[in-house]
Amino acid sequence: MGLLNNLINKSRLKSPWVVHYDCGSCNGCDIEVLACLTPVYDLERFGIVNVGNPKHADVLLVTGTVNKRNKAVLKNIYDQMPEPKAVVAIGTCGMSGGMFRECYNVVGGVDKVIPVDVYVPGCPAKPEAIIDGVVKALELVKAKLEGKAPQSDAAPAEPAEGKPEEPKPEIDAA
Amino acid sequence: MELSIFTILIALVLLLLSPLAGGFITGVDRRLTAWLQSRYGPPLVQPFYDVLKLLGKAPMIVNSWQVLCAYIYLVSAVVALFIFFMQGDLLLIFFVVTVGAVAQVVGAMTVNSPFGQTGAQRELLQMLAYEPLLVMVFVGMAKAAGSFNVSDIMNVEEPLLFSLPLLFIAMVIVMLIKLRKSPFDISSSGHAHQEIVSGVHTDYSGPQLALLEIGHWLEVVLLLGITALFWTSQTTTFIGVILIIVETYFVEILIDNISARMTWKWMLRTSLCTGMVLALVNIFWLYY
Repeated sequence: MGLLNNLINKSRLKSPWVVHYDCGSCNGCDIEVLACLTPVYDLERFGIVNVGNPKHADVLLVTGTVNKRNKAVLKNIYDQMPEPKAVVAIGTCGMSGGMFRECYNVVGGVDKVIPVDVYVPGCPAKPEAIIDGVVKALELVKAKLEGKAPQSDAAPAEPAEGKPEEPKPEIDAA
Repeated sequence: MELSIFTILIALVLLLLSPLAGGFITGVDRRLTAWLQSRYGPPLVQPFYDVLKLLGKAPMIVNSWQVLCAYIYLVSAVVALFIFFMQGDLLLIFFVVTVGAVAQVVGAMTVNSPFGQTGAQRELLQMLAYEPLLVMVFVGMAKAAGSFNVSDIMNVEEPLLFSLPLLFIAMVIVMLIKLRKSPFDISSSGHAHQEIVSGVHTDYSGPQLALLEIGHWLEVVLLLGITALFWTSQTTTFIGVILIIVETYFVEILIDNISARMTWKWMLRTSLCTGMVLALVNIFWLYY
């Protein structure tokens, strides 16, 4: 069993299937996400496939601010993904709400609704940064599986009172 | 067909090697597709990574019938391939494969998702398109070789391709539909087409999806085996048989990359009209 488990854990890092949800983004980040799939960046080199189905996906890429209308959709997509899974919030809006954070209809960043593993900053985020974000997310999944961190399916992050804190980006957009 | 321990052992060994072969063929398929699209593409063993990862995911089962259908699909592919390696009856193989295809449709229909339902309907239409052609191919082979048994078809005096050239083209159409290649990939999408999400596979996830994928690999091996029957004879060499398999598969990938996805009406018209005319002309030619 040890060998099989090792193989499966290795495969998890080699075959991340991503599902992409646009949470009300301006389309800037979405274009960058899809640019990763073009021949220039060719994400399939790393086994990354863009699937349109949360039930097949391992990594959820979220762009844009979360508002009161689509936070239920975002939660639903997250809940449909089987464990182990990771979430990558892309762009300034996905991290904190960006320039829309004080709008009356905006909930804030993605982490107000679902637990986020990796934040990719940028307005829009660069394709290189997005690829790096997915790789970082997989390293986190691996750490989780090895029991170094709690499972992500616990309770979603509590909505903070007042203005959200500035999330600390884990990677550089440059 | 003589039943002996030796033939059963050989068939079992080939059966155990088939998922490996099917996985590598799928890997080559993805590499070639990437090459045709000016990309680098995933490593050759990528399909194995995918399936192992899916096996390790937490199960998310919508209902138990779905799981049963996934197992029926896999078992039907295993049984059909075993009969083929035992050099058994082609018609029996055809019916066993059909059971698997129907299980896939039923599995998608048990879930109340519009994508799965649409995919299931389209899968049924695909079956309507390729099954008559596959039967005609088998009938043509039986007419030319005098028997439905794979062992007799493999021992004909000259390759069947010379007497069944038009049926070979019909077989290419069958394979395009069965392997879910463009322009016939309407019921489920392998390559990031998301018109109906992933069609019949929408509600499968994790281990069940892995079972379906392994079943698909076995079907790839079976279809390539049937293609090889066009070249096997008393005089042909092993290299020739490998060459015809490689060439046919390359043609499939090429057509996949140069054609757009079409509608089911177009699929029925093209495959049934073209394929049936080709098949009937070829069979009448054999008779007269």
